[in-house]
Amino acid sequence: MPYTSHTEAEVQEMLKTIGVKKIEDLFDAVPPQILQKGHYNLPSGLSEQETRQQVTSTADKNNNPKISFLGGGYYQHFVPAHVRHLAGRSEFYTAYTPYQPEISQGILQSIFEYQSMICRLTAMFATNASMYDGSSASGETCLMAANITRRKKILVARSVHPEYREVMKTYCWAKNLEIEEVAFDVQTGQLDFGDLDGKLSEDVAGLFVQSPNFFGVIEDMPSLSAKTHEKGALSVQIIAEALSLGLLKPPGECEVDITVGDGQSYGLAVSGGGPSFGFMATTEKYMRQLPGRIVGESEDVDGKKAYVLTLQAREQHIRREKASSNICTNQALCALTAVIYLSTLGQNLQKLALINHQNALQMQRQLTEQKNWKRSFSAPFFNEFVVEAKDTQSVLRKLKKVGIAGGFDLGRSYPELEGRLLVCTTELIGQPEVQAYLATV
Amino acid sequence: MQTIFEKSVKGRVGCQLPSSLGSDSELSGLTRGQLDAPEVSEVDIVRHYTALSKRAFGVDDGFYPLGSCTMKYNPKINEDMSAYAPIANFHPWQEAEDSQGSLEILYELQEYMRVVTGLPGISLQPAAGSHGELTGVMLMKAFHEKRKDSKRTKILIPDSAHGTNPATANMCGYECVQVPSDASGCVDLVKMRELCDQETVGMMLTIPNTLGIFDRNILEISKILHGQGALLYMDGANLNAILGMVKPGDMGVDVMHINTHKTFSTPHGGGGPGGGVVACTDELSQFLPVPRIEKSGDAYTLNFDYPHSVGRVRAFYGNFGIMARAYTYILRHGKEGTRRIGEFAVLNANYIRARLQGTYNLPHQGNCMHEVVFNDENQAQYHVSTMDIAKRLLDYGMHAPTIYFPLIVHGAMMIEPTETESKQTIDEFCDIMIKISEEAKTDPEMLQQSPHRTVVRRVDAVKAARNPVIVCNTCCT
Amino acid sequence: MSDHNIPDGIFYNKEHEWVKIDGDVATVGVSDYAQDLLTDVVFVELPQMGKVVKQFGPACVVESVKSVSDVYAPIGGTVSEVNTALESAPEQVNNDPYGSGWMFKLTGINSSETANLMNAQQYKEFIAKQAH
Repeated sequence: MPYTSHTEAEVQEMLKTIGVKKIEDLFDAVPPQILQKGHYNLPSGLSEQETRQQVTSTADKNNNPKISFLGGGYYQHFVPAHVRHLAGRSEFYTAYTPYQPEISQGILQSIFEYQSMICRLTAMFATNASMYDGSSASGETCLMAANITRRKKILVARSVHPEYREVMKTYCWAKNLEIEEVAFDVQTGQLDFGDLDGKLSEDVAGLFVQSPNFFGVIEDMPSLSAKTHEKGALSVQIIAEALSLGLLKPPGECEVDITVGDGQSYGLAVSGGGPSFGFMATTEKYMRQLPGRIVGESEDVDGKKAYVLTLQAREQHIRREKASSNICTNQALCALTAVIYLSTLGQNLQKLALINHQNALQMQRQLTEQKNWKRSFSAPFFNEFVVEAKDTQSVLRKLKKVGIAGGFDLGRSYPELEGRLLVCTTELIGQPEVQAYLATV
Repeated sequence: MQTIFEKSVKGRVGCQLPSSLGSDSELSGLTRGQLDAPEVSEVDIVRHYTALSKRAFGVDDGFYPLGSCTMKYNPKINEDMSAYAPIANFHPWQEAEDSQGSLEILYELQEYMRVVTGLPGISLQPAAGSHGELTGVMLMKAFHEKRKDSKRTKILIPDSAHGTNPATANMCGYECVQVPSDASGCVDLVKMRELCDQETVGMMLTIPNTLGIFDRNILEISKILHGQGALLYMDGANLNAILGMVKPGDMGVDVMHINTHKTFSTPHGGGGPGGGVVACTDELSQFLPVPRIEKSGDAYTLNFDYPHSVGRVRAFYGNFGIMARAYTYILRHGKEGTRRIGEFAVLNANYIRARLQGTYNLPHQGNCMHEVVFNDENQAQYHVSTMDIAKRLLDYGMHAPTIYFPLIVHGAMMIEPTETESKQTIDEFCDIMIKISEEAKTDPEMLQQSPHRTVVRRVDAVKAARNPVIVCNTCCT
Repeated sequence: MSDHNIPDGIFYNKEHEWVKIDGDVATVGVSDYAQDLLTDVVFVELPQMGKVVKQFGPACVVESVKSVSDVYAPIGGTVSEVNTALESAPEQVNNDPYGSGWMFKLTGINSSETANLMNAQQYKEFIAKQAH
C-alpha cells in the first residue's frame, strides 16, 4: 500500500488503544448490508515504475502537433524555466487555503501580489484571489450582474468564446435568468451595433462582450460601455487571451464595470484546457459583490505588516444561503504561477504582446498573399485572425500530415462560418514555422 | 517582507524576448500607456518567491490535521505525470482522433469512479468540489424540470452542513430548509419527516457528516426522500472515510460530487486548483454536462448528443492536468490500496479520539470516521479557547485543526489526520495537544498571546476588513 | 447580570434593534447588546433611499469579520435618510450604538406600531432571559 507507514504491529497497538479488535469494528454505524466485505473489482495497484510506464505510454497516444497555430481561448507561450521551478515548490503546492495567517504569509503575500498585478493590468479597482477559469468566471459574472442590477436578462455577444457562452447559458438557466445572443458584423467581425440597439433594453442586467473576441478581433469597448450604461446595465468585458492586456487599452479605461477572463497565457501549460485560472476585477462600487477570496494588508498584534483573508462576510462559509456564489477552492497555485511569470516579464509584457500582434499580422499577410486565401474580417486583431481558403478541410489535413496544427476550424462552433480558419500566431512562431505552413498550403 | 513591486529597480529586466516577424501594427489608438509592472532580475524573482515559500506551510512541512480538508500526502509522481509533455502540451482544440491518450486517461478515471461510488454516470468537467456541487444540484433541477414537477423549490440541508451547500442551492434558485441534528449528531429523523414533502427538491447531505459521524439512519433518510419524489445529494467532501468500504450508490445516493484534491490527493495548491467529479444514477445521467467521454470499439469519443444535458459547466475538459494526477494516484493504489485508504483514515482518527478523550471534551461519543470533533469546554475554566489552542499548535510546528466548524458544536476543533500519517507523527501531535492542555492550566496568558514563534503573530482581521487594502500601491514606473 | 446600556425613551424589538420616534420620523439602529454580540462591525450595507420596509422586515445588512446579519425595521415606513458616515466609520456602531451609530431614518410611519415593541425595562428583562 503506497504512501502509508503503519506496520501490522502498529495497527494492533492502535486498535488496542482504541479498544476494538479490528478496523472493521470502527465502521459499526454503517448498516451491515452496505459495508463492503472485500476488495472492489479493480486491478491491483502498481509500483511507481509501472505506474510511470502506464501513464506515459497512454499519454503517448496523443497526436500533439509539432508546430501549433491553435488558439481559441488556450495559447501556447514560452515559459521561462524558473517559473515552473518556483511554483513547483512543495511548500506552495501542498499548502491549504491560508486560513492560519501566521504560518501562511507566503501564500497570502503571493495572492496580494497577484491581486496587485491583475488590478494594474486591467486598470480596475478590485479583484479576487482567482476563479476556476474564464468560462465559469463568466457564468458567475452573470449572477453577479443580475444581483447588482436586480434584473434578469443577460446579453452576450455571439463572438464570445463558444464554450464560455455555453457555460453562461447553463448558469443562467440554473438561476432562472434569460440569456440572449447579439450578432456580429460579418464584414468587421465586431459586435453588430444594429442588432445590439434592438436588444439592449431597460431589463438587461449586463452586456457581455469578449475583446479581443473569439475571432481575435478587438471590440469598441468604450462605445459599448456607453451604450450599455445608457440603459442602466453593466458593461462586462471577457478576455480569453490575457496577454492582450499587456498591449491593448485596459477595461478600466473603457468604462467597463466588470472584467473577467482566463489567465492561462500567464505561464501555464495548455494541458487540455486546465488547470489555469479565471480572473475577475471590478470597480470600487462593486468590490463587495465579488465572489471568492480576497487578501488584504493589515498588521499583527506587534504592529508588523501582515496579510490576511478579508471581506470574508461575502463568502459562502459565512453568508451561507445568502451567498450569491458557492466558490471556495479557486486556482491559487495557477495564480501564483501567473504572478511569477508576470514579475519575470515585467514591463516587457508590453513588448511580448506587441511581438504576438506583429507575428500574427505578418502571418496573415503572407497567408493571404497565397492564391485563394483571404482575410475574413476587416477590424484590427490581436494575435489570432480569421482567414478563408478554398478547401479548409484538405488544407488542415495536409498540414497535420507534416505535424502542423493549422488553426481552428470555425465551422466546428459556428455553422455560418463553415470553411473559415482561426489562426493564432504567438511568439513561438518564427520564420521557419511560417515557411513550413506556407510550403504545405 | 517587501512585495515584488517594492523590489523593482528601474531598467532591470527579468527575461529576454525573441525577435518578431515584422514591425507593422494595426493597433493605432487601441493601445495602453506604460504598464506599471515590477522590473526585477531572474535572481531577484527566484529569491523572492523562495523566501515566500519559506513563509508557507504545506503537508510536506508537517502534520496538517485540518478537518474536512483531507490534507494527505501529495505523491511526487503525480506532479511529474501532469507535467509530462504529451499531457502538458495537449491542446484542448485538438480533434478527438488526436487526443486518444488524454481521452483514455479520462475514460479510465471515470471507470474507476463508477466502481468506487457504485454510480454509473460520471462527469469530470467541474473544476472544484463546489463546482461539482453546483453541477449536481443542476442535475436535480433538470430531473424535476423534465418531469414538469415545478412545485419543488425547497432543499433540505442539515444544520451541520458546509456553507457551500446552502450557497449552491441559492445559485440554483432554491430555498434552503435547515434540518436539525439530534443529540447523537445525526439527522433528526422526526423533524426531517415533517420537513420533507412534495415541494422538496432533495436533500444535501455530507456523508460521513462534518462531525465525522456516519449517519446510521442513512437508508431510512434516502427512503423518506424517495418516498416524496425527492433526491439525495451526497456532498463527497468526506468520501475518504468510506473509500473502499461503502459505495454511495448502495446508500440510495442519487448524485454526489468528489473533491479530487481531498480523496484523490491532487494537491491543494494553497487554495486550488481542485477537481470536482460528479457521479450520479443511471436515471440522472442523461442530464450530465456534455461532452461525455465514451468508448466505441477501440476509440475514445466525445459525445455531445444528450438533448437533456444541463449543458457545459466549464470550457474544454475541466482541470485535465488535475485528472491526470488523480489517474496516476488510482493506478498506484488499485483495489487493495483503495480499501486501505478508508481503513487507515478511520483508524488514525479513532486513535486520536482515544488518546485525547478526557483531555479535551468530546461532544459526540462513539466511534468516529475519518475525523474527530472536540471542543474547548474543559479549557473554558482557564479562559483558554479553541482559537488559543489552535494558535499554540502553530508554535509547535503543526498546522491547526479546522476550528469553529461545524457551527453546531460550540468552539469546535475538527481533527482529520488522514491515512498517510504515521503513528509517530500522530503520537507527537497528541502529546503536544496534551501539553497545551497543561499550559492552559499553568500559563493561560501565554496561550492567549500565542503564537510566539511564527513570522507574524495574530493578525488584525478587523482592520483589514474595515479599511480594505487589497492592492500594493508602490509604483514601479 | 448584563451591564449593557439600555436607555429609556426608545423602543426595542426582539431582533435587538432600537427605534426613536420624533414626530413623524423614526430613527433606527442596533442596541448595545446587539453590537456586543456582533463583535467588531466592519461594514454596514445601508438601505437604499426610498426603500419601503414593513415592520419587522429586513432593512439592511451589517457585517463583522465572522458574521453577516440582517437589520430588521422595528417599525414600518419609507427610508428617508441613511447614515453615510458609517461607510467610512462602521466602528461607530460599536462605539456609540444609540448616537453616531444610528443606521437609517424612516418617514410615513404609523406610531401605533410601537405597541408591538418593548420599552427599556421590558427589553432589559428580555435580554436577561436570552443570556440564560
